[in-house]
Amino acid sequence: MSDTPFALWVYLSTTPLLWLAVTLLAWVAADATAQRSGRHPLVNPVLIAIALVAALLLLTGTPYRTYFEGAQFVHFLLGPATVAIAVPLYRHWPLVVRNLLPMAAALVAGAVTAVASALAIALALGVPPAVLVALAPKSVTAGIAMGIAEALGGEPALTAVLVILTGLMGAVMVTPLMNALGIRDYAARGFAVGLAAHGIGTARAFTVDPVAGTFAGIAMGLNALLTALLVPIAVRLAGLAP
Amino acid sequence: MIRALALLCTCQLAGEVAVRGLAVPVPGPVVGLVLLAAGLAVGRRFGGPASDAVEATGLGRTATALLAVLGILFVPAGVGLIQHLPLLRDHGLALMAALLGSTALTLVVTVWVFVAVARWTRRDGRAP
Repeated sequence: MSDTPFALWVYLSTTPLLWLAVTLLAWVAADATAQRSGRHPLVNPVLIAIALVAALLLLTGTPYRTYFEGAQFVHFLLGPATVAIAVPLYRHWPLVVRNLLPMAAALVAGAVTAVASALAIALALGVPPAVLVALAPKSVTAGIAMGIAEALGGEPALTAVLVILTGLMGAVMVTPLMNALGIRDYAARGFAVGLAAHGIGTARAFTVDPVAGTFAGIAMGLNALLTALLVPIAVRLAGLAP
Repeated sequence: MIRALALLCTCQLAGEVAVRGLAVPVPGPVVGLVLLAAGLAVGRRFGGPASDAVEATGLGRTATALLAVLGILFVPAGVGLIQHLPLLRDHGLALMAALLGSTALTLVVTVWVFVAVARWTRRDGRAP
């Protein structure tokens, strides 16, 4: 069956193994690049790995569905990894309790800013109402954001794209931004990136500092809840209600 | 490691069941996270690891290893961008500007409020 390279490709490109291996290898290459840069914030391994795999899929004309057959084994671990945040949460619990008030205040301020500023900028630039609804929940983890947008008549696929782009932007800009502001409190830095840039921001926070990662995880969870309440209100206030 | 994975998956499973049963808009893994953290806190009274010892347990090592490579877990979903890039055709520039501006502003507002309230509560003497 595999007597020519093409036949071998035709066979392999439809098996989960090839795309699982590609995902792992892309990450190894991306992470090595990030490490060689001294974990420079602009050299984000998630961004590089996505670009490598996406380029390969486009070059070979492989449908995303075929790719995901293999990549789903990696994707699946998101659930257990989320549960695993319980360990650093338990480890740093006294610090979490000490920061309950700062977290509550930052959560409300951050969640309102995330929704309102995105809507205000896009509205000013002439983005139509249907697209604004898909944009509003962009700081929340993809599964929840898609649900919020869909319930209000937005396009969930567009929301997924905007959510991922937000995560990448937040993960790339958080370190230079926080350093420029002179913020040395890793609980505060982590909380900000988890709130603004959900899981991809949380992944960046865990590579910088375990306390930052823990607070990012908390912020991600709390913001998902608050944004689910806020977006319908914001959409009504902005006169975009369906 | 397998025991740790079994525990993580069981907590997630319990979370999924709870979410479906109560019809709340929270992801199952987040409920699983709360269940595991509560379990660790309760378990401590029955001979479970103290908070400063949890990282040295099998569960602690597996959790630390998983969270250290959290980034790769977003690659499969991230590659999904290529499917929907045409959606950005019409308003791509405006949307990118909104995402950039809003993400930067959200980071700044969140961290400033956090730091300001933390400073205020400490000066107030309400928390050490």
